[in-house]
Amino acid sequence: MKKVIIIGYGPAGVTAAIYLKRTGIDPLVIGKDLGALDGYSDLVENFYGFSEPIEGYKLIQNGVDQAKNLGIEVITDSVISLKQDETGFIVKTQKKSYHSETVLLATGKTRQTLNIPGFSKYRGKGISMCATCDGYFYRRKKLAIVGCGPYMLHELEYLNRISSDITVFTHGNKLSTEIENPIVSDQILSFRGDEKISHIVTEKGEYPVDGVFIALGVPSSVDFASQLGVVVEKNNISVDENYQTNIEGLFAAGDIIGGKLQIAKSVYDGMQAADSIYLYLKNKSKKA
Amino acid sequence: MVLHLTTENFEKEVLQSDLPVLVDFWATWCSPCLRVVPILEELDKEVIGLAKVGKLDVDAEYEIADQFGIMSIPTIVVFKNGKVHQSVLGVQSKATLRKLLEV
Repeated sequence: MKKVIIIGYGPAGVTAAIYLKRTGIDPLVIGKDLGALDGYSDLVENFYGFSEPIEGYKLIQNGVDQAKNLGIEVITDSVISLKQDETGFIVKTQKKSYHSETVLLATGKTRQTLNIPGFSKYRGKGISMCATCDGYFYRRKKLAIVGCGPYMLHELEYLNRISSDITVFTHGNKLSTEIENPIVSDQILSFRGDEKISHIVTEKGEYPVDGVFIALGVPSSVDFASQLGVVVEKNNISVDENYQTNIEGLFAAGDIIGGKLQIAKSVYDGMQAADSIYLYLKNKSKKA
Repeated sequence: MVLHLTTENFEKEVLQSDLPVLVDFWATWCSPCLRVVPILEELDKEVIGLAKVGKLDVDAEYEIADQFGIMSIPTIVVFKNGKVHQSVLGVQSKATLRKLLEV
């Protein structure tokens, strides 16, 4: 059991890790990429302490290296789900599962919005982003799931229990593993229906559906946080003055909580969140 | 007290209510829905005399859930004068819910 898992190794995540390490807590940092500045070769000129401008991705990579050099455990993997049990949080990645007392979400904002006509219209009217929340409404119905990777497989495993008629739409992508469900690999052109969704339209034809579950790419932290019941408003995770969400032990910092999308602000968030997590763990161990 | 809404009392408590009513459509198996409960309880205390707050289990009272086309939970619907005034999907803060009620 870890004390803290930090999801995201950008400025907020790494800063939190550094400050936690100084209090004697060994955090585990899980990141999937360099975030908003991944591949960002433009120069960052407005961050303190750099006499020469630095490429965005390099600055972030330096942060990851800095954490590693300080002896912080940093791994590269994608988180596909976040759940809770009596003792803490279960963070499931593509490769493994981890257990911790607290979690800091510092994933930044690279939310993929699905740019398919009809998506917004039928969201909640046949299109769902959460199999475990909405699956029940679609028992024994004709379903589709959109996705191609481990996240899709994770959601499909659940859906296969409630319906035997589920088609996988890869939306032009290649499937990462073999599955038994029927597969449609065409690009999706639109979602069609009346009050509720009735068809998926692709280049090659129209497919009748009662429900569509979206599980494309890897979930954003907004996706897995909302599956847990975190308050999310305007695509930002809501936190209190201690950077804690409405779920005890679950914290968030950086771009994901909104405000200025700047490195300086994320660094500040990371430091403050580390303080709060430290105090939270201290109080918790006192009570125990 | 957050109202426990059923098929029997929905007409009287919600549709015939003089006050606006916020209804949380939820179910016991929906983990994010469980997070809405403490938020509703706090909101309820805040809006005494101005609005009513209730929750409806979509499993037990599926007729009502069907009638309003609920296909995703939590869905929170504000009723005014017996009609759907506005609705939101997902867990929301108390402040946002209060804004929905407009009281």
